[in-house]
Amino acid sequence: MKKTIAGTEVDVNEEGYLTDMSQWNGQIAAAIAVEEGIGTLTDAHMKVVNHLRDQQAKGAALTIRSMGKSGVVTTKELYDLFPGGPLKKSSKIAGIPKPVGCI
Amino acid sequence: MSDDNLPVKKMSIIVSRGSLDGIYPALIMANGARMEGIEASLFFTFFGLNALAKNTMDHLKVATVGNPALNMAMPMLGMPMTLPFPTVMGALPGVSAFATHLMNKEMEKLDIPPVREFLELISDSGGKIYACKLAMDMFKLKKEDLWERLDGVLTVGDFYQESAGAGTHILFT
Repeated sequence: MKKTIAGTEVDVNEEGYLTDMSQWNGQIAAAIAVEEGIGTLTDAHMKVVNHLRDQQAKGAALTIRSMGKSGVVTTKELYDLFPGGPLKKSSKIAGIPKPVGCI
Repeated sequence: MSDDNLPVKKMSIIVSRGSLDGIYPALIMANGARMEGIEASLFFTFFGLNALAKNTMDHLKVATVGNPALNMAMPMLGMPMTLPFPTVMGALPGVSAFATHLMNKEMEKLDIPPVREFLELISDSGGKIYACKLAMDMFKLKKEDLWERLDGVLTVGDFYQESAGAGTHILFT
């Protein structure tokens, strides 16, 4: 389905995750972050977001364990940056699909 | 939102078994709760303390004796799942170690961490790890015998207090 986020029309699924990561930009990320209750995105948030996009582009499976080991962010920091769903919310803001794994 | 669809706010998970296959479901459920923004506490009691004792936590084994569902592991050996695993074979020396090795290898492929690292992950995520006082007394375990990052030693009463609040679910594994 179509949704207008930050003035841009993008394709999203029923949960609001972008279905085409190339339609993403910084304003869209900022708007989703506000919608998800994360607030203003800092450099620390963007480091995670950019890392997620790189991993997704490579086709890597995203897990909370791999994030903690990435060197980009510790597990604690990730939970602090994206309270209420570290991997789910950061993925949504990054414009990539919701992670499907249980770990 | 009406009361009957109140979201899960907290999972209090009691872990009473000490085999690898007895411990992992609880760790996965606790970690999964935190990933969904749900609070999580793990309360290790009876043989579950095997996963918190410094000397044993890195050496948990798959139960191969009295486990008639081991046929499920046959695909890990390239054999069909329908092939029965005679339960008497489970008692042979090395079989449990071998099954454990296979299981650990498969879990690593799925990015499921070893027990110690998994506990660290849950603790880093804000989950709480508790040991049961009575079981510690029974198994002659002292606090210093257990994992350093333990959040506390609780009585049953403490556990229920810890689990208080609407939206808390208690799960026994």
